[in-house]
Amino acid sequence: MAGPRPELEAWQDPSAAPLVEIRNVTKTFGEHYAVDDVSLSIYPGEFFSLLGASGCGKTTLLRVLAGFEKPDKGSVLIGGHDVTGLPPYSRPVNMMFQSYALFPHLSVADNIAFGLRQDRVPRAEINDRVADMLRLVKLEGYGGRKPDQLSGGQRQRVALARALVKQPQLLLLDEPLGALDRKLREHTQFELVNLQQRLGITFIMVTHDQEEAMTMSTRMAVMNEGRIRQVGTPSEIYEHPNNRFVAGFIGAVNQFEGRVVDQQGDTLTVHSDDAGAELRVRAQHDVIPGTPLAVVVRPEKVRIFAEPPPPCDNGLTGTVEEIAYLGDVSIYHLRIAGGALVEAQLTNRARRGAAPLSWGDQAWVCWNADDAVALLE
Amino acid sequence: MSARRPTLVFSLMAFGYAFLYVPIVSLIVYSFNESRLVTVWAGFSTKWYASLMHNDQLLGAAWVSLRIAVMNATLATILGTLAGTALVRFGRFRGRQALALMVGAPLVMPDVILGLASLLLFVAMEQLVGWPAGRGMTTITIAHVTFSMAYVAVIVQSRLVRLDPSLEEAALDLGARPWKVFFVITIPLIAPALAAGWLLAFTLSLDDLVIASFTSGPGASTLPMVVYSSVRLGVSPEINALASILVGLVTIGIVIAGVVMQRRAARAM
Repeated sequence: MAGPRPELEAWQDPSAAPLVEIRNVTKTFGEHYAVDDVSLSIYPGEFFSLLGASGCGKTTLLRVLAGFEKPDKGSVLIGGHDVTGLPPYSRPVNMMFQSYALFPHLSVADNIAFGLRQDRVPRAEINDRVADMLRLVKLEGYGGRKPDQLSGGQRQRVALARALVKQPQLLLLDEPLGALDRKLREHTQFELVNLQQRLGITFIMVTHDQEEAMTMSTRMAVMNEGRIRQVGTPSEIYEHPNNRFVAGFIGAVNQFEGRVVDQQGDTLTVHSDDAGAELRVRAQHDVIPGTPLAVVVRPEKVRIFAEPPPPCDNGLTGTVEEIAYLGDVSIYHLRIAGGALVEAQLTNRARRGAAPLSWGDQAWVCWNADDAVALLE
Repeated sequence: MSARRPTLVFSLMAFGYAFLYVPIVSLIVYSFNESRLVTVWAGFSTKWYASLMHNDQLLGAAWVSLRIAVMNATLATILGTLAGTALVRFGRFRGRQALALMVGAPLVMPDVILGLASLLLFVAMEQLVGWPAGRGMTTITIAHVTFSMAYVAVIVQSRLVRLDPSLEEAALDLGARPWKVFFVITIPLIAPALAAGWLLAFTLSLDDLVIASFTSGPGASTLPMVVYSSVRLGVSPEINALASILVGLVTIGIVIAGVVMQRRAARAM
């Protein structure tokens, strides 16, 4: 889908200038900190997602970027210019609203032309650019319709066209696919990414759907209670979460609380009462013995066996408590000696499952120290 | 059981309509009465319509009432819209609570108090600043605006509350300045509420007797004032004729409005 990637992504290049810089932005509503001391740099051409549960401050942060909320503290720079005090109509930014906010009394073409009319673009040019936009979102011939004569997917595309017609440097998208049904959403995800790459406009998207954020973004920020908990590419965030919140929020996870008992090179040995065993995990930093931490491993990295397996870094045994057959994969829940539940995911490669396991059977699980992550935070 | 229900519904409906419209129908019927006595039927005649055309006092009062009603409705719609918009869209500003209370107060204030208060104010102002000089149409209009804008504000508020605020934000985001957004997006979207508010203010002004009596002066008698004072001397069938004409005009207006709205709805389908 994407062309050949440059050797160094913009966010790794120390000489790259960010398009958007959010510096220590705080926004409160009464006593409630909606956005709490957030700093973030977003580079030209990125598809950046703000991911979090509802009420985590992601939408408020987006509205600060659009100019609808004025931050109590901190500043926002776009293209190197401080826009903190600028009203929405003076910013080189456009936004696509969750409700689409199409003007119901105007036709599709007039909706798209609205932004250009405000800039007093000549009529002939407006007509050309509106026609281009209708072609871009595959709605030729729909210009004369009213928004209430369109389907949900068509309205979504009109909203997109209206936000793109002024060729903003930055497009803000508030849950752009939230109102679409599942099938249409998957299809639209790819369309939106294609469009973004073709136009080269920087997108910042707010979503609560982790799958959507993972599929579409170049980078994403996971937010909770007004703070950014981690910023990274989807694979960094999934494979190397750096705190318990992010690990638990993105995907399913097995988490064992414990204390460090030993460090050999970069391998930590952790005693966990949850697991009822010593676990080995790769350490990112040196850790003093006794430090409490969490060992985290994804279910698809846990292998499950019906017989004692060959020795491995982390081996546990227990009884099968749940089996969920999902077609492509099966999920096993194993109650282990320490009392914790371990989730293992098995891809159903053959038509009949490889592991002839049933409810109440004894089973063994096993994973590599490299596949687990140690979390201090 | 099910066979009886339509008759029950029908008789309830007939009773309801009768309750509402029998007085109006009898008024129209008696406007074609030959007799001078309103309560005695003496054959069909249109002579009261003819004599109404020569009753300058009654026609003059109707003309005064209409002009006051139109001016009042227009001013009340403008002020009420501004007040309603401020209350719904400007967030929590200093004095919002006080404004909300004061805008709503005329809704529950007795007309007598409003009329008397207005009269005292006009008299005091005339003595202090010399305006308004005497009482007449201007003072009636001002007094009517003070209470009817409250109704408009309530109607506009309830419409604005249901309006998705992101519509106005989208217009701002696309480069329109706040005043432009108000005129190009907000006003067209709340237009039905504005029309309803205008009509309500118009009607309130047209049939107000109490406030107008307090605030009017020589040469500015409204229709309700003239009708009320002539009723004390005995009702003239000319008043029936005038009332019938008004009912006719209102009916035509409602029918036209209904047809226009139906056409618009059909076009939107």
